[in-house]
Order: sequence, then C-alpha cells, then structure tokens
Amino acid sequence: MELVLAISIATLAGSGVWLLLRPRTYQVIVGLSLISYAVNLFIFSMGRLRHDAAPVLSGQTGNLADYADPVPQALVLTAIVIGFATTALFLVVLLASRGLTGTDHVDGREPE
Amino acid sequence: MNGDVLLILIVVLPFVGSVLAATFRPNARNSEAWLAGGVALACLILAAIAYPAIVEHGAIRSESEWLPTLGLNFTLRMDGFAWLFSVLVSGFGFLVVLYARYYMSPHDPVPRFFAFLLAFMGAMLGMVISGNLVLLVIFWELTSIFSFLLIGYWHHNAGARDGARMALTITGIGGLGLLVGVLLIGHIVGSYDLDRVLAAGDQIREHDLYVPALILILLGTLTKSAQFPFHFWLPNAMAAPTPVSAYLHSATMVKAGVFLMARLWPVLSGTPEWFWIVGFAGMASLLVGAFFAIFQHDLKGLLAYSTISHLGLITMLLSLGSPLGAVAAIFHMINHATFKASLFMAAGIIDHETGTRDMRRLGGLFRYMPITATLAMVASAAMAGVPLLNGFLSKEMFFAEAIETHAKSVLDTSAPYVAVLASAFAVTYSLRFIHTVFFGPKPTGLERQPHEPPFWMRFPIQFLVLACLVVGTIPALTVGPFLHTAVISVLGPNTPFYSLAVWHGFTLPLLMSAVALVAGVVLYLLLNGYLNRSEAGPPFIRRLQAQRIFERVLVVLSWKWARSIEARLGTRRLQPQLRLLVVAAFIAALLPISLDDLSLTSLRISEIDAVFVLIWVSGICCAVSAAYQAKYHRLAALILLGGAGLSTCITFAWFSAPDLALTQLLVEIVTTVLLLLGLRWLPKRIEEEGPKTVSLGTRFRRVRDFGIAVAAGGGVGVLAFVAMTSPVPLETVASYYLEKAYVEGGGKNVVNVILVDFRGFDTLGEVSVLAVVALTVFALLRRFRPAADSIAVPDQQRMQNDFDEAEPDRKVGDTIADYLLVPAVIMQWAFPVIIVLATYLFLRGHDLPGGGFVAGIAMAAAFILQYMAAGTRWVEERLRILPVSWIGLGLLLAALTGMGAWLFGYPFLTTYSQYVELPTVGATPLATALLFDLGVLGIVVGATVLMLIALAHQSTRGLRSARVATEAEQEEA
Repeated sequence: MELVLAISIATLAGSGVWLLLRPRTYQVIVGLSLISYAVNLFIFSMGRLRHDAAPVLSGQTGNLADYADPVPQALVLTAIVIGFATTALFLVVLLASRGLTGTDHVDGREPE
Repeated sequence: MNGDVLLILIVVLPFVGSVLAATFRPNARNSEAWLAGGVALACLILAAIAYPAIVEHGAIRSESEWLPTLGLNFTLRMDGFAWLFSVLVSGFGFLVVLYARYYMSPHDPVPRFFAFLLAFMGAMLGMVISGNLVLLVIFWELTSIFSFLLIGYWHHNAGARDGARMALTITGIGGLGLLVGVLLIGHIVGSYDLDRVLAAGDQIREHDLYVPALILILLGTLTKSAQFPFHFWLPNAMAAPTPVSAYLHSATMVKAGVFLMARLWPVLSGTPEWFWIVGFAGMASLLVGAFFAIFQHDLKGLLAYSTISHLGLITMLLSLGSPLGAVAAIFHMINHATFKASLFMAAGIIDHETGTRDMRRLGGLFRYMPITATLAMVASAAMAGVPLLNGFLSKEMFFAEAIETHAKSVLDTSAPYVAVLASAFAVTYSLRFIHTVFFGPKPTGLERQPHEPPFWMRFPIQFLVLACLVVGTIPALTVGPFLHTAVISVLGPNTPFYSLAVWHGFTLPLLMSAVALVAGVVLYLLLNGYLNRSEAGPPFIRRLQAQRIFERVLVVLSWKWARSIEARLGTRRLQPQLRLLVVAAFIAALLPISLDDLSLTSLRISEIDAVFVLIWVSGICCAVSAAYQAKYHRLAALILLGGAGLSTCITFAWFSAPDLALTQLLVEIVTTVLLLLGLRWLPKRIEEEGPKTVSLGTRFRRVRDFGIAVAAGGGVGVLAFVAMTSPVPLETVASYYLEKAYVEGGGKNVVNVILVDFRGFDTLGEVSVLAVVALTVFALLRRFRPAADSIAVPDQQRMQNDFDEAEPDRKVGDTIADYLLVPAVIMQWAFPVIIVLATYLFLRGHDLPGGGFVAGIAMAAAFILQYMAAGTRWVEERLRILPVSWIGLGLLLAALTGMGAWLFGYPFLTTYSQYVELPTVGATPLATALLFDLGVLGIVVGATVLMLIALAHQSTRGLRSARVATEAEQEEA
C-alpha cells in the first residue's frame, strides 16, 4: 500500500509542478490544487498508513498503537480549508488580472 | 509618590498627550499649546518630586517584566545624570511649546506638530531614564523617527523632505550600529541591565569584542550628535520649523549622543581606542564646525555649525578619560543647551519678523526690536565664552583640561592650540551674528516692518538668557548642587574635586581665553568685507561638501547598483521565478539526504489491496489528464481535478481519517463550484486542428519543465515512501494528545480536540486567515470589472427566448426559469436536510467525526445549492444571508470564548467541559470548546458563502452592464 500511495503522491506532485510552470493562469491554479493534494497526502502519510485503526477514543485514554495518529490529521484538516481559501483568492486575482490586462498569461501580457 | 509610578508616568504622559494632541482641530493652536505645555510642566514637576529620593538613594528604579526570557525588562532608572537630562528635556519642552504657540502660523496643521513634539519628548525622556540598554536603543530610534517627522513637517518643501531623509538615514544607520554594539555589550556582560553593565567596566574593556562594540556604539553616538564625519545632516535639518531646531537640534536630541557617551563613560573610556576615535571626532568637529560657521549666511546655518562645534568640544572632553574632563563635559551640555536654544528662538523671531534669515540682507534691527537684540547679544556672548556668562565657565574648564597631558600623542599636544583657535572662531561667528543682524544700515527690501514679538514669545528667551547670566555669575549657588548630583552618578567614587568659581586668579586658561577673544575680534574685522560679498560656505573647499558625497553614495548604492543588479538578476516574469523556486526546493531537500538514509532495510509494507490500487490508477489518470488538458479543455480539467480529489478523499477514509475524508469531500464540492463560476471569464482557447508546428524553443522548455516535474514528483514520492515505511518512534507528540484528549479536553474525537482545545490558538489564527481571505476576495470583486464573457448565449437559451417572444402569453425568460426544474426542487428541499446534517456534524464533533470546519462547509454548501437552484435574485428576495456578519460574529465568539477563561484566572483559550442532557438529542458534550467551535463554524460559513456569492454576483453584474449597453444603443437608434 505504501508503494501505491507513494507513486500516487509522486504523480500528483509531478503533474502539479508541470502545471505550475505553464504560462496560463488556469493551468497554474489547477497545478496548485494538485500539489495541495500531494502535500496533504504527504503530511497525512507521516502518521503511517493504518487501515482500520480507531480514529476516535473508545475509553478514557489511548495509546498510539491502537489509534490512528491524530496530529497529522489535525494539520491536514486545517490545510484543506486554508487551501480552499487560497484557491479562491488566487481565482479572483486571476480573474481581476484577466479583466485588467485582457490576457490570461501569468505575466499579464502575451510573450513577444 | 511611589518611585515606580513616577518614572512610568514621566515616560507615558507625553505619549498619551501626543495621541490626544493628534485629535484636535487643525487650527487649535491655543488648546494644543495648553495641552503640550501642561504635559511638559507635569513631567518637570514629576522630576522635581523625584529629586530628594535621588539625592538620598543615588537612583530610583522601576522594573516590569517585558520579555524576561531575552533578558529584556522594561526597566526605568533615574539617577542624577538622567535627572538632569529629564529636567532639560521637559523644561526646554515647556519653553519651546510656549514659543511654538506664537511661532506656528494659523495655517499650519498644528495637531501634527504638537503630537510629534510630545511624542519626541516622551521618546527622549524614555531614552534618558532607560535602565536597560535595549530599551534605551528603542527610545533612541524613536527620537530619530520623530526627528525625521518634525524636520519634514513642512513636507511641501523639497528642502525639508531631503533634510528629513538625510537625518533619518544617517542617524538610522548609527542607530543600527548602536543596537549591534549594545547586543555585543550584553553578550560580554551577560545582561542588558544598565547597573550591571556599569559595574562591569573592566570586564568589557578587557574583552576581545571590546573594539567592535566600541566602534559600533560610537557609530551611534557620533551620528546622533552630528560629529565629524557625520556632521552634515544637522545643517540640512534646519529646514525644520525653528522651535524644532531649538528643541531637537540644539538642546536635546543631538545631546543624546554625548549623553550616551557620558553614560557609558565609566565603562568604555580610558583606552587608546576610545581616546583616538572620540578625540579625533571631537577635535575635528570642534574646529571644522567653528570654521564653517563663520562662513554661513543663513542664521540657522551658522547656529547649526556652531552646535556641531560645541558638541565637538563636549566629545573631546569626554575622550580625555579624565574625571575632570567628564565634569566639564556635563557642565557644558547644560550651558550649551541654554544659550543655543535661546539663540535659535531669537533667530526664529528675526525670521518671523523680517521674512528672511540671510545675514547679508539683514541689518540694523536693534532699533526695531531692542529687547530681542539685547537678549540675543547676551546669548551670543555666552556662546563666544565672554566672562560672567555660563559659556565662559565650561570653556575655562575645557582650556584647563586641554593643557593637561593625558595620553602623549599628536592629538594631545595639539589640543591647547586647537582649543584656542576654535574659541577664536567662536568669537568671530558670534560677533558676526550680532553685528550684521542688529547693527549697520537698515535692511532693504523686507516684506514687512519688523517689530518686537509678543511678550510670551520672547519669554522663553528671556528666561534662558537670565539663566545664562545667573549661572555665569553665581554658579556654585545655582547649578552647583544639581551638577554635583549628576556628576556623582556618572563618576561615582572617582568624582574629582572641582570648583565652579568665576575667578580662579591669573591662570593659563584665562590667558587663553583672552587670546581667543582678541584673535576672534581681529579675525572678524579682517573677514568682514569678504563675508558680505562671498558665497555661503568656507573658501577654497566650498565645493567639497560632505552632503554631496553622501548624496552621490546614496545614488550609486540605491539607484545605480540596485538597478543594475535588478537588471542582471531580476525578472518580472513568473515562470522563471517559479522554476527557480521548485529547483531550489528540490536541491534543498536533496542535499541533506545521504544514500544510507534511503536504505530500505527496515521495510514495513502492508498488504496491497486491489481496490485501493484501482482507486489510484484512476486517480493518477485523472491527475495526469488534468495536467494535459488544463490548457485547452478547462472544464474537462476541472472534472479530472475533482477525480483526483475524490481519490484523495477515499484514501483518507481508507486509512482511518474520517474527519479528513468528510472535509475533503465537502471542500471538493465548493472548490469545484468556485472554479466553475470563474470559468466564464477566461479567454477562449481553441486547439488548432491538424499537424502543429512547435518551435524549437518551446520544445526545449517543455522537455526541461517535464524533467523538473518528474524530478520533483519523484523526489516527493521517494521521501514519502521512506517516511511511511520507517518504524514509528515509541513516543511521539501524538501519545500526549491521545492520553489527554478525553481527560483534559473532554472529547473523544482527538483530531477535533486538538483543533479546538490543545491548539486552539493556532486554529484561531487559521480561521482569521480564512476571514481575511474572504474579505479580500469580497473587496477585490467589488471594484472588479469582469472581462467580456468568452462564450455567447448558448443556442438552447436563445431558442427558448425566441419561443417566449413568439408566444403572446409568455414573457421572455419564462422558459429559462424552468430550466432544470426537477433538480432545482430537490435542491430546495434539500436545504433543511443539509442544515440538519450540518448541525448534527457540528454537535457530535467533539466525540465523533465532525466539527466546526466540516459543519461550516456543509452549511455553506446548503446556501450555495439554493443559489444554483433558483438563481441569485430569487434567493436574495427570500433569504437574507449576511456572510460578513457570520464572519464577524464567529470571530467575536471564538475570541470571547478564549477570553472567558481569563475571568476564571486561566490563560487564554483554556476550556471547560461537561456533558449536558439536551431534550431529544441526549447527552451532549458541552465543552466551552464547543462555543469556540461554533465560532469556527460561523467563520467558515461566512467566508465560504461570501466568496462564492461575491463571485456569483459578478454574472448578474455582467448581465446588468450588458442590458445598460443595449438600452443605450437603442436610445441612440
């Protein structure tokens, strides 16, 4: 499973980086979204992959052997929401730039 | 009064006054003056109250913790020397306020002036009574900043702007040096506390870092006191209003440099390095300042160079390292402030009455303003060092020190000659000031008839000149005891015997004074004719101006070099920057990794599940195709992006993270809606049919970027694989949370407890970011002019509208309104269901997967669905959603919940948990964290809805503008 997920993270990140280096704003926004998937999965995987581990305490306390690691999950949870916010901000900047300059090139003008 | 309170009041009062002063009406000169004068007087009285305690105990202290871990405390400490300066600063402050009331014109915006002046006074008082060196530097920098603001007060004047900028650049660089020097001292001593530093003189002088620390500190003090070679900012600062020149640039701020040198004198002085650097700077300033002063035509320019010269005298006295020299230096600080401030005020009156400060145009003013003229003459005599005035006394002490041998060297041998020469120059320029302004022929071509100023404008000068006289005749009875308190606090047990008598018999210093007086008069008689004809500036080296060198250096550094570096290394194109970023990140991650770390000996691989593989086969296909299609097929790319997101979402669920899966799913929905809304304004891009010609450059770029992408992706993948397969450490931070989540946080969903309880402060920060982003989006879109729609009205819509037009009983738009009717009804009915679901997710969040984030996005999705189902107008006629209020209330609730803990004496965001039996819902965990989570919910709902609705409104705006355009066309037709 680890191998599968690692390959998936690699592909997501690779596709994202490729799009990040493209000249059109829409490509960049899609690229950033793909990279954020990869990064979220990467952070999440730092807690190791645990199929069927209990995510919620059943007793008063628990130890790490019986439960899924909550720390990366908490990190990723906020990262997802913040990621949405930055995507929205970027989209609006992109649209404003398109409205102002008349082009969707990342530099605000078509290359010569 | 308690010493603590007293010291804090002295520092705080002026700043409070400053804030108050800033709120007055622009022409409220009288009330401003009352306020500022009152504050200055209050500080003076506070200082007076403190005096007995200082005499008795040596110093009073007030200490409050600020950043104790860094050794930084808000320590205030007033000893005799600090007391003397506090009195100078507040006393002169009072006089200057009084003077400024009459000096400022009714058209000047006085609130700004008095606010800055008071703030400066606070900074200066804070500087002199700081008991911690870092605190001292902070106040020091504040004085530089307020000096900048005050010099540039008349900012419509280019000279004022340039002068202000130059003063700030020079003193700011010095301040930086001082900060580093102080940090070095703190490193040597192990404390920034002034008392401990003053007690560690030997330790500092013997340390290896002594010389760098000394040079850096002197960089600060010499720039501040306008000492050679940094002297040139002071004459340029004369563009400031005259009360500012009198206050900052003669009596107080420029004294800060010599103040600090005297303050640290017991610690830093007495070494050859100190003697040479300080001595050279002092002697050069003394001589150069006095010489240049002779050749100025501007009254204030003359006084500015004279100030440089007198500060040089003080610096030179401090350089000698003898206690008597230090006594003379402190005494001269007082004397110089007294006569120089009065002279500046007199110059201001002359300027005010005649409209010019050019000495070549002035003359014969004695007959118009005899009282002012007399006062100015006495003050100039004090400046020249005429007997029976205070300037004479400290100058005699200076001569006495100059003839002593301190450290056998050129500097020491030449000192007496330089002293006499500079004194002769001082006599010359003082005489010139008096003679050209008040005597000789009447001035010609003046704009108005000069006359005596109002009494209260002259009063500060009268007071100061009286002080010059009184101190000059009976020094021991007037200034003596206070000077002694100050001297003891600096020198301690090393305080030498000194006598403040006017008459010491026929001594060598007296002879030197006499020589200087005669030589000065003779020199003036010789130069008089030349001075009236010449240009401003000293002969021969007129063109060699430090100011020009400074400007040239600035131009080269901040313009030529900066631009050439930018042209060579910079780019305004985004792609190279991003490429550099990615490559740098890749290298940064690669460097620390050695091959040993990647050995896969401890492989821990779980069994591969075919379903999971299938999920990611499709996920990978989606990601790669999205990358491939994003240029020409945006909608397809968006759908494919969603596919990759879904795979991610399932992965979270698969590996025991239901919270993440839920959040990811809902965020995926709103993100897709968001991007869909934006698509319509992107330009059309149709893929060319047939064989494409790709240029060589493009092909190269693609291959290179593909290589970078593969390398970056592969790198991340390898890292992830290695991390995932390495064994888990026994004790991680997670263990702590798992143990304490229920016991201390009262919740079983550890992720949620971490978010709203353990790391609640982080969450508060994150939701604030969310709120800020939403408001930014909203603000950007309010002024937003969308590009023209890329796609024309679809055929289907056009046909439906045509149909409506053809039928007499239908209005245009009726058919479209029924578009997707069945889904729309379902969506409308889903509204309460989703709201209930969101509430459920929210309430159970503390114990089961759910929580404020998820519930917030779910609720936002419910609102968005209504918009999608029925259109903006329909929804807003029926449902008033106020997303900004949601955000505001959410933030308020989260912050208030956090602050609630204060009421019970706990730190911010401490939570309390309890199970509560709710009707029909059952036992619900009601931690105060739930209230915090409610705040989070509010912010998430508000922010999400605000962003989406703001974007959705753009389409109605586009329609409206299109309608307006067509209507306009019809009218024209």
